[in-house]
Amino acid sequence: MKKRLLIWLPLLAACILLGVFYRKLTNPAPTAIASQMVSKPMPPFVAAAAFPETPGITSASYKDGQPRLLNVFASWCGPCIVEMPQLLQMKAKGVRIDGLAIHDTPENIAKFLAKNGNPFGRIGLDPQSRAQIELGSGGVPESFVINGKGMIIHQHIGVITAHDVPNLLEMIEKAK
Amino acid sequence: MIATIGLIAMWLAAGLALAQLIIGGLALGNRVHLAQRIAPIAVAQAGFVALAFACLITLFILSDFSVKLVVAHSHSLKPMIYKISGTWGNHEGSMLLWVTILALAGATIALLERKLRSDTKIATLAAQGAIALGFYAFLIIASNPFERIDGMSEGMGLNPLLQDPGLAFHPPTLYAGYVGMSAAFSFAVGALITRNVSAEFARAMRPWILGAWVFLTIGITAGSYWAYYELGWGGWWFWDPVENASLMPWLAATALLHSVTVLATRNGLRAWTIMLAVVAFSMSMMGTFLVRSGVLTSVHSFAVDPERGIFILALLALYIGGALTLFGLRIGTVAEGTRFAMLSREGALVANNLILSVILVIVMAGTLYPLALEAWNGTKISVGAPYYNETASPLALILLSFMAAGPLLRWRSDEGRALIRRMAIPLAAAVLAAALLWMLAPSMGVLPFFGLVVSAGVTAASLAPLWKRNLRRTPLFTYGMVIAHLGCAVSMAGMASDSAFTKEKLIAMAQGETQQIGPFSLTLHGAREIDGPNYAALEALLTAKRGSGAPTVVAPQLRLFSSPEMMTNEAAIKTVWDGQLYVVLGQLPKDDKLLMRLWWKPFVTLIWLGGILIALGGFLSLIGRFRREART
Repeated sequence: MKKRLLIWLPLLAACILLGVFYRKLTNPAPTAIASQMVSKPMPPFVAAAAFPETPGITSASYKDGQPRLLNVFASWCGPCIVEMPQLLQMKAKGVRIDGLAIHDTPENIAKFLAKNGNPFGRIGLDPQSRAQIELGSGGVPESFVINGKGMIIHQHIGVITAHDVPNLLEMIEKAK
Repeated sequence: MIATIGLIAMWLAAGLALAQLIIGGLALGNRVHLAQRIAPIAVAQAGFVALAFACLITLFILSDFSVKLVVAHSHSLKPMIYKISGTWGNHEGSMLLWVTILALAGATIALLERKLRSDTKIATLAAQGAIALGFYAFLIIASNPFERIDGMSEGMGLNPLLQDPGLAFHPPTLYAGYVGMSAAFSFAVGALITRNVSAEFARAMRPWILGAWVFLTIGITAGSYWAYYELGWGGWWFWDPVENASLMPWLAATALLHSVTVLATRNGLRAWTIMLAVVAFSMSMMGTFLVRSGVLTSVHSFAVDPERGIFILALLALYIGGALTLFGLRIGTVAEGTRFAMLSREGALVANNLILSVILVIVMAGTLYPLALEAWNGTKISVGAPYYNETASPLALILLSFMAAGPLLRWRSDEGRALIRRMAIPLAAAVLAAALLWMLAPSMGVLPFFGLVVSAGVTAASLAPLWKRNLRRTPLFTYGMVIAHLGCAVSMAGMASDSAFTKEKLIAMAQGETQQIGPFSLTLHGAREIDGPNYAALEALLTAKRGSGAPTVVAPQLRLFSSPEMMTNEAAIKTVWDGQLYVVLGQLPKDDKLLMRLWWKPFVTLIWLGGILIALGGFLSLIGRFRREART
């Protein structure tokens, strides 16, 4: 009898293991580490303008009473292309969007924007990722919602999908 | 055009896998006349899937950016070898490679296997067809490598860490090992279905286990060296879940390799061997699943698709669950094998199997417990190297001690006194090593101390089976065993030496400055910028001088890749007979000083030399077995 049970033990172990995998797959854990800067004022940084006709970004300029979306992107970043339609859609809804270009050159950014559209009111260059590190951002793309007092109220890690747009719009509306 | 041919070939191969399963089932029923059809089908299936894979390689070589996979993982500027290796450096391509190797294994069984009872062979091929079918379905439905995309004129590059000659061969080797275990699995299923667990069956299965095990050994050894020189952390094993995913099948395969010997030679350990065959392949599939499903991935990684994970998981449940259910239902009807005394060759092999199984469970627990805990209540923990080192290392030492004695014992039963007599020289070697270490390095840690002592004993013991034998008449597989066991001792010595005697320095060096590390004095002469094919690098120029010898150039690099953006360390490694000098240029210069990390690692190369010896031993055994089979 004991031996009979022993024979089924491997199957039982396998079932438990597969169950764990199933749960892990269907409830993916949030793998992103949120920035420590959320619900704090913008850290000081200056990102020089990428193009003469478009202004660059200074953190001080966020205290003008207007909520904004700060999008950390790069022309070499594939997922950034994926979220461009959503950013353009938000721009059409009146959201002010700034772009912080990481490790990038004005020529490459120009090509990127010509191809994928330009949702940005201001574009700052961050060639050494200094501003990105100040913001507590770990990669591209990431987006920060900043209220009119220059306070970071939300960090969105990864691609902004069509599914995320309503939430972000609501958040920006509230941030006024 | 090529993509279309590839897709059609993949579909045809899938259809043939289905035919292989159905015709195999019918032939095992009462339609015996179908039996001779199954081998040609298995061969044709392998032919078509190989064609599909060749098409995919061609698409990567030609940089055909109308194919989504090529866009996502290649770039027209990439060197040719990495264009080719990019074929399997991604999810879809590696799954196609997986099933290609699986089908080739099936074709080889169909063509070459003559010793096995014909109904068992048919059941084995049907099982291979069933496994392949599931993975074809996965490729076609959830991850089609030939999917097209419009309007792309350039690719997105490949992870620069993966632009390394090692990568060209590491995954295919490991996959050959993983999938080779599928043959053992199918044999076990075939044997259970046809109730034919016998010594002949074990002899038919053994070359497959040996072959797969050789590939796994090479894959793990190469992977370890790759991590060592590419990651620039000076370590050779990090107990990373992905590494463990390759170690677990190896542990199971090593146990299986030894238990199948008992079955083939003494007709014992029947049920256990069958179960290990199932477990070894289950571990291989689980390894693929863990790495490929997205269960173990990080932020910002591209295209993690839970649907795919569920698909592979369903396949896992089907195959592992199916095989273990069959095992539960049928194993009771398998007659008990021949019995043996505790102190015997069989006894030592059982000890080997038990210890390997315990190590396997330890590694599995460490790898999967964090996943299980998180699934249970959301708690996040990570299991680090200390857990594995403190639990698995002592067991590995005990395992090696048994390994020393095992080959010196007789089959069936032996006497303790005779064993001690045969072990006299190895024991003397171990005592001598202990005495020397105690005098020369009194402050070394306990584990490395015993590591070196056991290595010395095992080195002597592993050569003992050749003692007083006619060396020219000794069969090749005995040499294989001797060399593989010697390899274990050599590898263990390297690990112990690395952990006990490594010297490390983290230092900011100015131009002209000289630093002493181990027996070397290193002088920094300056730094220069270099333009690589797709990266820019900062290279530090140093000369290393040992005693009064001539200085040699050591030039570590810090590379910045452009697509995607990423920084990697190229360590400069200087290998000498008694160790390696390992120099890393860390981060960007500060105040005109270069941040350097220096290591002197005595005898660290023995780790991989041991791995190569183990694989060589397995290879010689394989040749030896084939020669013996051809003669009888």
